[in-house]
Amino acid sequence: MSETRLVALAGQQNAGKSTLFNLLTGLTQHIANYPGVTVEKKSGWYSDGGRSVEVVDLPGCYSLTSYSPEERVARAFLLDEAPDVVVNVLDASNLRRGLPLTFQLLEMGIPVIVALNMMDVAEGRGLQIDLAALEKRLCVPVIPVVGRKGQGGDALRRAIAEARDTRPATLNYGALEPAVQELQALLADQPALKVYSARWLAVKLLEDDSEAARLLSERVENPHPILDRAHRLRAAIPGEDTAADKIATARDMLAADIVGTCITATRAGHVPMSERIDRFLLNRWLAPVFLVATIWAIYQLSIVQGYELTKVTWPILAGIRNIAAGLLPDAGFLVDPQIRSLGLWLVDSANTLLNYVPIFLILFALIAILEDSGYMARIAFILDRILNRFGLHGQSTLPFILAGVFAGGCAVPGVMATKGIPDHRARLATILTVPFMNCLAKIPLYTLLLNIYFPEAKGLMLFYLSTITVIAALLVSKLLTTTLLSRHETAPFVMELPNYHLPTVKGVLRRSVDRTWLYIKKVGTVVVAIAVVIYVLLQFPGVPADREVAYQARAETAIARFYDALDGNPNTAAVPDQAALIDLINVHTAYKAARLNAGGRDAAMAIDARLAEEHPQFAPFVLRSRVAADKEAAAALRDLAGERTTLRREMREDKIESSFLGMVGRGLEPVTRFADFDWKINVALLASFAARESSVATLGVLFDQEDGQNQTLEDRMGAAQGAEGRTALSAVALMLFFALYPPCLATVIMVRVQTESYLWMGFSIVFPTILGLAVASTVFSLGSALNLTGLQAMTAVYLAGLAALLIVALPKPWMRLPARAPVAEDSP
Amino acid sequence: MGRGFFGHKGWGKQGRGLGLGLGRRRRGQGAGHGAALCTACPIGNSLNEAAPGTTCRILRLMGCGPVRQRLLDLGIRPCREVTVVRNAPLNDPIELRVGDSFIVLRRREAAQIEVEHV
Repeated sequence: MSETRLVALAGQQNAGKSTLFNLLTGLTQHIANYPGVTVEKKSGWYSDGGRSVEVVDLPGCYSLTSYSPEERVARAFLLDEAPDVVVNVLDASNLRRGLPLTFQLLEMGIPVIVALNMMDVAEGRGLQIDLAALEKRLCVPVIPVVGRKGQGGDALRRAIAEARDTRPATLNYGALEPAVQELQALLADQPALKVYSARWLAVKLLEDDSEAARLLSERVENPHPILDRAHRLRAAIPGEDTAADKIATARDMLAADIVGTCITATRAGHVPMSERIDRFLLNRWLAPVFLVATIWAIYQLSIVQGYELTKVTWPILAGIRNIAAGLLPDAGFLVDPQIRSLGLWLVDSANTLLNYVPIFLILFALIAILEDSGYMARIAFILDRILNRFGLHGQSTLPFILAGVFAGGCAVPGVMATKGIPDHRARLATILTVPFMNCLAKIPLYTLLLNIYFPEAKGLMLFYLSTITVIAALLVSKLLTTTLLSRHETAPFVMELPNYHLPTVKGVLRRSVDRTWLYIKKVGTVVVAIAVVIYVLLQFPGVPADREVAYQARAETAIARFYDALDGNPNTAAVPDQAALIDLINVHTAYKAARLNAGGRDAAMAIDARLAEEHPQFAPFVLRSRVAADKEAAAALRDLAGERTTLRREMREDKIESSFLGMVGRGLEPVTRFADFDWKINVALLASFAARESSVATLGVLFDQEDGQNQTLEDRMGAAQGAEGRTALSAVALMLFFALYPPCLATVIMVRVQTESYLWMGFSIVFPTILGLAVASTVFSLGSALNLTGLQAMTAVYLAGLAALLIVALPKPWMRLPARAPVAEDSP
Repeated sequence: MGRGFFGHKGWGKQGRGLGLGLGRRRRGQGAGHGAALCTACPIGNSLNEAAPGTTCRILRLMGCGPVRQRLLDLGIRPCREVTVVRNAPLNDPIELRVGDSFIVLRRREAAQIEVEHV
């Protein structure tokens, strides 16, 4: 038999649904989004006695109303997909809060199995649970499990296999019961509603649930009599409480009753372990200390140590590049075949991204630990006050940490981590401000400019730069939430503090690998695609023909010089013609790349030996030797290679200048003039949209000089910029722009994924550009007018930002007074 | 500081923002007779005024929509007793103990819960 069983896992947050899901399905999982919402849909499979069982992990929810996207998604799944059985995961140590959801599931008329998770925790608390009595009260199978220890999985699978339609217990709504029954009878008469449980729909209509009303309107031709009746029944309820309140109360009372009869607390009045830990971790004075220590530890372990780890993994990526370089058509003397340049460009783009994989693995593992242990919820609790002032949410902390609050992070996982923020408005504000943080890739440009213009005040400037981004993010968030986002849905900050748990190694590793893979898949593909576009924009239309001829002539002179130098040298036999010469140059280049990548003396010797074996005729040119003729040959090749590098660099610069992107860069000069950006910087900034790292690389190409072999980019750029009358003030303007610069492409894609909207994606590009340009132009223009030095200008900007922050953050007594009066009157 | 300050948070500028958000969600639902509660202030003491360590019985919930539903889901409903466990280091939000659950909520929300001390 190949019939598939569909099983849905439903339960509250922190009930251990995910661990149970992993326990059931093992490695066969698939993560996607529910259509139209950013709620994750996890599904997995297992086979049981030749029967395949599909398990869908529904989002965690407390009840099945239509108030939050999670609950709407869970409910829609249960209604539309009609799973064969729902496994309701309950936290055995807190049954009373979990049972109301069970009642709602039962009411929907779907076969339910209760998986009583965390039996060990309940035992530790001294709770004795009478499983038989619980089964009898609920009229459904109750399976005790300990998801974290992998206990009870088989029993649960067996129960799923045996599950069939049962007549579940119905909840008596007391005073509301007549109303429920009346509506139920009305609904049961509608043939179009046969698929739904009439009692469930009746209760939902009494609760004034918008989705239930919509469902009715869609299915029934004339829903008005029923809707009217429901409205009247609602209005007839005496007292202040709404029907929804009464229904919730009835559920809670029944839960309390069941807990009272099925559970014996042997250690009542005992203070739970988590609370005892919280007395330290959430202590007014100790909490900030622990928080800072945690954030520091995350930063140290993931960013600093992860960066160290990339030094180990980089040679692997460089090796891949060398292999690709070997496989692609050989380079020409001046112009490479298009396919070679494009291939290497793609490998380079991918490598830039893959280089961060070690950092992400560590980062995601640490975050999984924070989440699983339960400390993440506490961070939100500690910081909510500050963040809420700026329209953000306690849970915005994590995205900001990931994106690099202190300099060094990545906005992509930062934007990804906004998923858990329940408040829609705060979530959007977080997504749009997270890219302001200083990601790892912004650092090289800062370092470059600081080394050129602020060699003495490097530390202070770095401090300014790393904190001003936080100030900017908070201010922008306040601005957005009070203007553009003010009409977006918010959610109350009401959340449960989960118990502390020791995270399991398996769970942490799995989450870390899953998320990293998701990052590679989602971002990698798009970045490679866009890399092609940027490549085309940089390559075409190419160097003008007349200049190309000039370059060719210079190349031929260089080659002629090479043969002159080798006149009479026995090694000349190895390079009888142009083709052989290009071979030699390529062998030389590959050899140098391999030597650079080789770790240790032995590896280097092996490379030497291989060259001598594979290209014996070229060995004298490339390898070190004591023979005079060989030395001469090597020197001639070195000169030629140097000349070739210079020519190629000049051509590349020429190509960029005449490329489409170069034209755009020049075209933007009238606008960027006020911030003192010339076309070269414009091009670098435009190119850095694909990946921030490339800004420095592009500048490296653009600020090259003919004899610039031994000069660092700092010196070259400093000299060139100095000659053009640029000062530290220009550097400040550039750095401020870069700090506020739109998110890189990968982040923008993530913004699209997380907001489900191209509009917000566009906004996330346009708004920071305008803001950055405005700030940079203002600073440069005002700074020039007032004759400020770079450091003075930066300090002024910083203090202005800080002042604005304080003005927004501090309580405003003059705005509070009118609102206070009625409160004072009302209170006795 | 004190209650006047936080009282404002519940009913002043930010409270209005919340109302706008709800308005969007509630479109097409009809006003419902619970609407009066959305704008009402607690007549007696609110949970916001309870000091850490005190236990109170909940009398009424003000507010409506998602806030109210979430509170009910978490067991914060009339007649139940809650204990204020602690304030956050910056005084807001506060942590409550309801049965075996520990729940945190902002003072803005706590101000909408009418309680009596026991």
